[in-house]
Amino acid sequence: MLERFQYDNRIVKNFLFITILWGTVGMLVGLIIALQLVLPDLNLASWFSFGRLRPLHTNAVIFAFVGNGIFAGVYYSLQRLLKARMFSDVLSNIHFWGWQLIIVSAAITLPLGMTTGKEYAELEWPIDIAITLIWVVFGINMFGTILKRRERHLYVAIWFYIATWVTVAMLHIVNSVELPISFTKSYSWYAGVQDALVQWWYGHNAVAFFLTTPYLGLMYYFLPKAANRPVYSYKLSIIHFWALIFIYIWAGPHHLLYSALPEWAQSLGVVFSIMLIAPSWGGMLNGLLTLRGAWDRVREDPVLKFFVVAVTCYGMVTLEGPLLSLKSLNAIAHFTDWIIAHVHIGGIGWNGFMTFGMVYWLVPRMYGTKLHSMNLANVHFWLGTLGIVFYAVPLYFAGFTQSLMWKQFTPDGYLVYKNFLDTLLEIRMAYWLRALGGTIYLVGVFIMIYNVWRTVAAGKLVANEDAEAMALEKVGVVNESGHWHRWIERRPIQMLVFSLVVVGIGGLFELVPTFLVKSNIPTIASVKPYTPLELQGRDIYIREGCYTCHSQMIRPFRSETVRYGEYAKAGEFVYDHPFQWGSKRTGPDLLRQGGRNPDSWHYYHMFDPTSTSPGSLMPGYPHLHNDVLDISTTQKKIEAMRTMGVPYAEDFPARANDDLHAQARRISENLKKDGITAPDDREIIAVIAYLQRLGTDIKAKTNTTAAIAQP
Amino acid sequence: MLKFIKHHVDTIVGIEVYPMLSFMVFFLFFMAMLLWLVKVSRNHVDHMSALPLSDDAPQVREHHAH
Repeated sequence: MLERFQYDNRIVKNFLFITILWGTVGMLVGLIIALQLVLPDLNLASWFSFGRLRPLHTNAVIFAFVGNGIFAGVYYSLQRLLKARMFSDVLSNIHFWGWQLIIVSAAITLPLGMTTGKEYAELEWPIDIAITLIWVVFGINMFGTILKRRERHLYVAIWFYIATWVTVAMLHIVNSVELPISFTKSYSWYAGVQDALVQWWYGHNAVAFFLTTPYLGLMYYFLPKAANRPVYSYKLSIIHFWALIFIYIWAGPHHLLYSALPEWAQSLGVVFSIMLIAPSWGGMLNGLLTLRGAWDRVREDPVLKFFVVAVTCYGMVTLEGPLLSLKSLNAIAHFTDWIIAHVHIGGIGWNGFMTFGMVYWLVPRMYGTKLHSMNLANVHFWLGTLGIVFYAVPLYFAGFTQSLMWKQFTPDGYLVYKNFLDTLLEIRMAYWLRALGGTIYLVGVFIMIYNVWRTVAAGKLVANEDAEAMALEKVGVVNESGHWHRWIERRPIQMLVFSLVVVGIGGLFELVPTFLVKSNIPTIASVKPYTPLELQGRDIYIREGCYTCHSQMIRPFRSETVRYGEYAKAGEFVYDHPFQWGSKRTGPDLLRQGGRNPDSWHYYHMFDPTSTSPGSLMPGYPHLHNDVLDISTTQKKIEAMRTMGVPYAEDFPARANDDLHAQARRISENLKKDGITAPDDREIIAVIAYLQRLGTDIKAKTNTTAAIAQP
Repeated sequence: MLKFIKHHVDTIVGIEVYPMLSFMVFFLFFMAMLLWLVKVSRNHVDHMSALPLSDDAPQVREHHAH
């Protein structure tokens, strides 16, 4: 029976326009923080400092720009691939407005310093719950549409959408297990090495299942559409899909090479990362070869140009990623700007250009008109491409240069560049060029906005697009062809369960042994819980986003142990909720910072870093010297730590603040000796306490005899 | 130094079946998938790859029959 219905274009339009809006905001924040790295004076206020804006940038481009881009593409393609309107207009709207509300609350809370301190998962627990609810709404809407479809078979793009939905749900829930102590503050349930493993299992797969698989789904839909020819090999796309989701989930530990993570987990991460080259390149070739015989059109059609560069960037970044997972290369690249270049090839190359191609293809169609100006779209394409090059190349240079400088020894065996700052100032020019690249890219986006605006003004939105298709006949219980894979292709729920099993296995094999096997994290007797003042200081360290520039992970290399001290042991982090290993060194590692400099040094340095380190690019934190430490939370924080197994005495939470005051007074008196009058109730005192504690526990081990002598 | 990082999962009873098990899961799954890909009919593949292209014009489409 022929049925008439309408596709919902309005929701696609909403998601598409908000994608452009948040993309612009996210990239603008990116440009600001890029400039803050070379012009520290641009850190205008506590809420406008690099440490707080960097999470805003990453969250905005990942969840607001790419997130809405996913939804726009999915809502358009899903309806057409299934020959059905979205399941419910109400759910579509709840999904849209709910997601924007989450983004707005992120944009408010992150600059205010409300953060969990885990990269790309910084949002606090109430927002985490909101994300879960809206994700479920999206899921119901998607599966509802799949169930009322008029096309029996699910095209491969939809498999990618399903795998995305189920995996992101799993990752988000597992990584967000946290213990709230107030509406705006919580602690990660996991500690130290386990927290690191869960976090990078999440972090890596957020890249895999938020930035990659949904966009691959979009590629398999929009690339054939724009080229007007079927995908090069549908069979290859099936291999691409299963191999990718099977392998991706295992690769997370490659973010922790040479760290205190158990060796077996690191090796698993490396092996699976190398295996990833095969499906990724299969997918890239499948995309590019779809254009076989249509290359003449690539010269004229800006949509295809954007797609070609996007897919090429996907290919480059998925070759580079596995190579960076090799320990020899990782030893050079990790903690440097090389990684920043790498992720931006993915972010602005693959995700950005796919999105722009999609925008140029969708807007004229939904508004029943032609694109206002092909020339401007071409200008955008060239500016974007130039922007990518100018962004990435200087950072590759910077990463390599700085890494070699870190590792350079004199013939006598001393570090050539003993002062970390020298290695940073060496690459300042690269930071300027990177900001220039970002600016060029952003100018392209503004040109797109103008072009879209003029196109929209010339046309009229076809809010409900007429369509018709045959109703789907009911299929008997026993299906005639009877093959298991076709069985999956027809049944979305089986698809969902199968994907979940496939992506669940990898996580299970990596995470479970780390949690269950005690010997994975050898305990160190001298490692003690933080004092209440140190804990408060640590929370300020997290609030200010110090981890965005400072690592706390000394790798077992001579160049690092000579510079920073004894390499990191798994047992040192057992009370770290959350872990603060960091992923980038714009400043030196801080793991063994304790006792290196006097309290007064930290006092001056945090007020104005250039006073102790001339030429420093670190922003000052004068507000720490003015603001009074909030000690009303101390008891709750210690109680929360106790709940998670940190061995404080039972009566300790109640008297935690006494302990805090006593230690604060000691530091204040210490400062007085150096001629600093600082009230002992300021935040800076807690920060100093924390910094002076860092990494000192294992030093105490050598003094055990002394400790026994004086009980 | 290696003694600190090796043999961490050795303490799990029967640990040696897990690598074997995971290999088998991988191997069999991908073998089955490849086998299906070799056997799948040309019609089916053509139908699937034409799906994104068939929604442009709202026209009655011959319903796919097996």
